[in-house]
Amino acid sequence: MQLELPDRDYMFPGHVACPGCGAAVAMRFLLKALGEKTVMVIPACCWSIIAGAYPQSTLKIPVLHTAFETGGAVASGVRAALDMRGDTQTTVVAWAGDGGTFDIGFQALSGAVERNEDFIYVCYDNEAYMNTGIQRSSSTPYGAWTTTTPGRDWKKMRKKNIVEALVAHRIPYAATASIAYPEDLFRKVAKAKAIKGARFLHIFASCPTGWRIPSEISVKIARMAVQTNIFPLYEVEDGLRYTINFFPKGYLVKEYFRLQGRFKHLSEQDLDQIQTMVEEDWKLLRHKAGMS
Amino acid sequence: MKRVLEGSHSVAEAVRLAKVEVISAYPITPQTHIVERLSDFCADGSLSARYLRVESEHSALAALIGASSAGARSFTATSSQGLALMHELLHWASGARLPIVLAEVNRALAPGWNIWADQTDSLSQRDTGWIQLYCETGQEVLDTTLQAFRLAEHVSLPAMVVLDAFFLSHTYEPVDVPGQREVDRFLPAFNPRFRLNTETPCAFNQLAPPDVYMEMRRSIQDAMEEALAGFSQMEEEFSGIFGRRYGAVEPVECEDAEIILVTSGTITSTSRQLVKELRSRGERVGILKIKLFRPFPAEIIRQCLKKARKVAIIDRNCSFGAGGIFAQEVKAALCDLAERPVVFSFIAGLGGRDVTVADLENIYTQVRNQEVPQRESIWAGLHPVPAPELNR
Repeated sequence: MQLELPDRDYMFPGHVACPGCGAAVAMRFLLKALGEKTVMVIPACCWSIIAGAYPQSTLKIPVLHTAFETGGAVASGVRAALDMRGDTQTTVVAWAGDGGTFDIGFQALSGAVERNEDFIYVCYDNEAYMNTGIQRSSSTPYGAWTTTTPGRDWKKMRKKNIVEALVAHRIPYAATASIAYPEDLFRKVAKAKAIKGARFLHIFASCPTGWRIPSEISVKIARMAVQTNIFPLYEVEDGLRYTINFFPKGYLVKEYFRLQGRFKHLSEQDLDQIQTMVEEDWKLLRHKAGMS
Repeated sequence: MKRVLEGSHSVAEAVRLAKVEVISAYPITPQTHIVERLSDFCADGSLSARYLRVESEHSALAALIGASSAGARSFTATSSQGLALMHELLHWASGARLPIVLAEVNRALAPGWNIWADQTDSLSQRDTGWIQLYCETGQEVLDTTLQAFRLAEHVSLPAMVVLDAFFLSHTYEPVDVPGQREVDRFLPAFNPRFRLNTETPCAFNQLAPPDVYMEMRRSIQDAMEEALAGFSQMEEEFSGIFGRRYGAVEPVECEDAEIILVTSGTITSTSRQLVKELRSRGERVGILKIKLFRPFPAEIIRQCLKKARKVAIIDRNCSFGAGGIFAQEVKAALCDLAERPVVFSFIAGLGGRDVTVADLENIYTQVRNQEVPQRESIWAGLHPVPAPELNR
């Protein structure tokens, strides 16, 4: 199948991501849609490493690496300075992992969105602190093993719903996207780019290392997350108008879970309970989209 | 033009004259009058800046790290808990070589809650790579803020203008507010060597492995040394335009002094009054006021103190387990002298407790009457605490 995406890349080959890294795929598609008039702020995350050590850089756009919890604030400052120089054309992007977004960076992100700062905040979500060695975050899903939720202490809390938290701010644009659906991802980035004010993209980015999966099924796993309704593709405009972009045929979550080492301890009963939780969430989303 | 200004407003006037482009701030007493006045300037158009009302001090400095990296002259103000919250990013700003200017109103750290003057907040940030300039008067606050931008941008390091809570921040004094043309001559537009831009895309603040990190850190040390060397040249130009200079340190009647009080901030003004009185009674006493704390002007301090018999350092701060912070630094500077004065270290005025002329005279009398200090650091003006209270 041929993808309907521009050939031009804004990433050099030879970056240092793990084989099968969803975050590297996500960056490549994001930049295809944003183009070269982009300044990127990267708080601490896997991409602090993937982008390369001094004096090399994987990205063909200017990058400002910054402290873990500062994505929302630093991007606000970059925007302010560019505006003062009369440069309103350059797109400012904060690019952060789930730890830097859901946890330590949430305050700065919430502040920036409340102020309706004019930049795109992208969270590539690999569902744990992968760069530091697979520790649980508030994005880690119910049922997952991590190095800080080992053995019988597997995570018993739900994943934080970050999009709904930002929708509660009445953010002009928020959307989920997946590396397994690049054209949908591209369209959402292009749409976000054209909107003024705060914009949020939540990109599901599989992590073979942390999820205990073979690297060659990285994209397949990301696709299954959408097809099981674990990670629905949808967008919300002005915090009000919901659009669901993909209606799956409804695979069972256990098929997704069984392929991943991080869930191998779960019993049939646990998986049934998770199936119920996923169905509840999907029902709630359909309700918000005016479909129930 | 002479105007009667509150210390906080002297900072704000200087920020306006410096044509700051991005301001980012979060409220904390007693710094708020600075950022309120700047809000007025932005609202009435007398300052054309982007003003980010962020959700914490941490984000205030983070936003300026973004703004300064993109080439904007940037300013914030804070105090106490706010500065402590910024700590991580204080290191970041100097490591990224960003000439951000921060007005820091010295306030005590909690607990217990205390909004009054105390230098422990700024002095406990001494190793963060920021230039630190301590002020004594409203005029000095205004002038030092302008100087801070000039010095910071010259060496690519951030700078802190430090003023005592209330004694300076909320005190009205006559201040000569310079004209825009003169300020523009002293402080041209900020034009950094590197800034984020899409024409020449660069990565800033990347991963720095052991084979490069150390040289980066050495360049910060070199820049601090350059700031020390460049301070008098900068003041030379400042005084050529505005007719005022302060010096990295200011010796007052030190030439023939047997006892020299070492001070900073507003305690200096009280000491000036005491020295005047003591001199009229024939006492050979002087003051060494320290304005520049980072970079630390050790050589000038040695020269000013070497002839004295005794030195009394007065610290409105304390590094628990080590004592007064100015005292530690001055003692370290003096240890290179073959013959050095006896050093007395006093802790006074913590949490805004008043340090009066009588308190300082008491300190002076102790120093005059004792050959060596009885303790490593002497706490002046402590209320007597009943023994059972201490033992409980």
